[in-house]
Amino acid sequence: MASTAIDYAGAPAEPLPQELAGPRGARPRRLLSRRNIFLYGTLTVVAIYYLLPLYVMVVTSLKGMPEIRVGNIFAPPLEITFEPWVKAWSSACTGLNCDGLSRGFWNSVRITVPSVILSIAIASINGYALANWRFKGANTFFTILIVGAFIPYQVMLYPIVIILREMGIYGTLTGLVLVHTVFGMPILTLLFRNYFASVPEELFKAARVDGAGFWGIYFKIMLPMSLPIFVVAIILQVTGIWNDFLFGVVYTKPDVYPMTVQLNNIVNATQGVKEYNVNMAATIITGLVPLIVYFASGKLFVRGIAAGAVKG
Amino acid sequence: MGAVSVRNLCLNFGEVEVLKNLNLDIEEGEFLVLLGSSGCGKSTLLNCIAGLLDITDGQIFIKGRNVTWEQPKDRGIGMVFQSYALYPQMTVEGNLAFGLKNARVPKDEIARRVARAAEILHIEPLLKRKPAQLSGGQRQRVAIGRALVRDVDVFLFDEPLSNLDAKLRAELRVEIKRLHQQLENTTMIYVTHDQIEAMTLADRIAIMRSGAIQQLADPATIYNKPVNKYVAGFIGSPSINFIDGQLEIGSDPVFRAGETKISLARYQFSGNGPKPGAVTFGIRPEHIFIEKAASDQPFQAEVDVEVIEPMGADTLVWSRFNGSELRFRVDGQHPVKKGDRVMVGFDPARASVFDAQTEMRL
Repeated sequence: MASTAIDYAGAPAEPLPQELAGPRGARPRRLLSRRNIFLYGTLTVVAIYYLLPLYVMVVTSLKGMPEIRVGNIFAPPLEITFEPWVKAWSSACTGLNCDGLSRGFWNSVRITVPSVILSIAIASINGYALANWRFKGANTFFTILIVGAFIPYQVMLYPIVIILREMGIYGTLTGLVLVHTVFGMPILTLLFRNYFASVPEELFKAARVDGAGFWGIYFKIMLPMSLPIFVVAIILQVTGIWNDFLFGVVYTKPDVYPMTVQLNNIVNATQGVKEYNVNMAATIITGLVPLIVYFASGKLFVRGIAAGAVKG
Repeated sequence: MGAVSVRNLCLNFGEVEVLKNLNLDIEEGEFLVLLGSSGCGKSTLLNCIAGLLDITDGQIFIKGRNVTWEQPKDRGIGMVFQSYALYPQMTVEGNLAFGLKNARVPKDEIARRVARAAEILHIEPLLKRKPAQLSGGQRQRVAIGRALVRDVDVFLFDEPLSNLDAKLRAELRVEIKRLHQQLENTTMIYVTHDQIEAMTLADRIAIMRSGAIQQLADPATIYNKPVNKYVAGFIGSPSINFIDGQLEIGSDPVFRAGETKISLARYQFSGNGPKPGAVTFGIRPEHIFIEKAASDQPFQAEVDVEVIEPMGADTLVWSRFNGSELRFRVDGQHPVKKGDRVMVGFDPARASVFDAQTEMRL
């Protein structure tokens, strides 16, 4: 049998006897197999389940109030109007201020940008020091940091109010930035430490022989190699801080409320008519920043998470 | 004092003693190979010399200067790693120049040294490429170049060829040897677990086992007069045959295993001379001859062929002699097959006899 089946180099294959001419080559695939129907069916149902609320929000935000009162929430708008969007952005009232979400948006920007930069800068240096310069007590320090990640925020809310008050920055943007930086530290340090630990140790040794010091190795060797993990950290921090409500409402005053707190004040206003279209528009505007961040960097995000998790 | 001198070096990782009171003197211009199986402490010793590991006790001198507390960059060493450890985001040129830039060497001097290293290692066409675009052999050349541009007196190699395939390994091995001959007065310390690399490259080999040097000698001495049973078994491929028996001293010293007696009249006993007792007799497969050649040897015996391993140039034959396994080499063209009865012979003067208790050479 072997003599007929094997094609020796150079020699043409002999025609096979009838009984050996069975299946050959790639296995045929059917498009409408039971497996495919289940798979794609499930995916479609789940996708609709998640996208339907978004659809309702977009549609409602483009309708006028009379049309909303008719009650067909799934129906597309008969007359498209951008009035609610404009109102949500620039003239919706929260408490005494009637300048819309724009105030909260800029507050959130002024909170998010310094918090993200500061927390990532410190955490990456922490992670680098913990992974590559095994100083005395490094493990203890790391353990404390990790434990910090598991303490519920609620426990620390009031003590931090006191600390900020004593420092004289309670109710200011500076105070909130500080809080966000501190609370981002455990998870970000863990992220960076694990990433830097996966960088081959010999690279670090080679740089030391080449005369690079602590900062030299960090800036010239480690930083250029770790773009993916920085992108992951930026996404985590931007979405986390932008979406934060608790710290915003506890540590700031109405003038400097972040967007999320302001959105809540618009949507949950107990006086007057509920303007569903304005509420929907305001909610979408608030969620736009994290959405854009995800769409712009989704690929790098996945790559960075994988690079941190798997060695090599 | 030599180029590199290690005095009473101890290194503990917690409770574990990795290096135990180790002493080593390396002459200027010498090629020293640290050889041992994994976990013997050879790479650790190299890292200590490089200053990448802080030692527990002892001193390290390089060029007569006490560098025990110096940073790696101040020790006058260049190091080549197994995984190449090239900086991935820099070009080859950037990799070569990195150390010099850190040392604030003037630009024209950097350019001159990079050009010279590139010429020596034949990597001029690669200077603008990134490490990812290079093959394994090219990467290792760049890694050697990175040590070369630093103009150092001592090169440290940490298993530099272990990641390469067999053919490239043989090529680069010769190139490293050539490089050593080309750079006069450059001391090289080379860590490997590959005995072929050790034998071919070394002026002297230090065989290490569990943190201590077993034997430090030139390759011929290591091969012919191993100081103990471990060294004898470690060096040589296929490995040496061991036969257990007794050493008896009549008019001449005689090794007796069962009914067989092997006269050791011409064997050079070391130190205190022969003393009777249980011993292990070691004879290398290459030193056993068969048939016609065997009849010229002082000792002969007949054995049955159990397994043959043809390797082209020669054939390795496994047989049994007095209950112990006996391996020997025959010419690849020589017809032998399983079940043959062949006459083998060897010269006991080329053998090694070890004390069965202490395993030291007698």
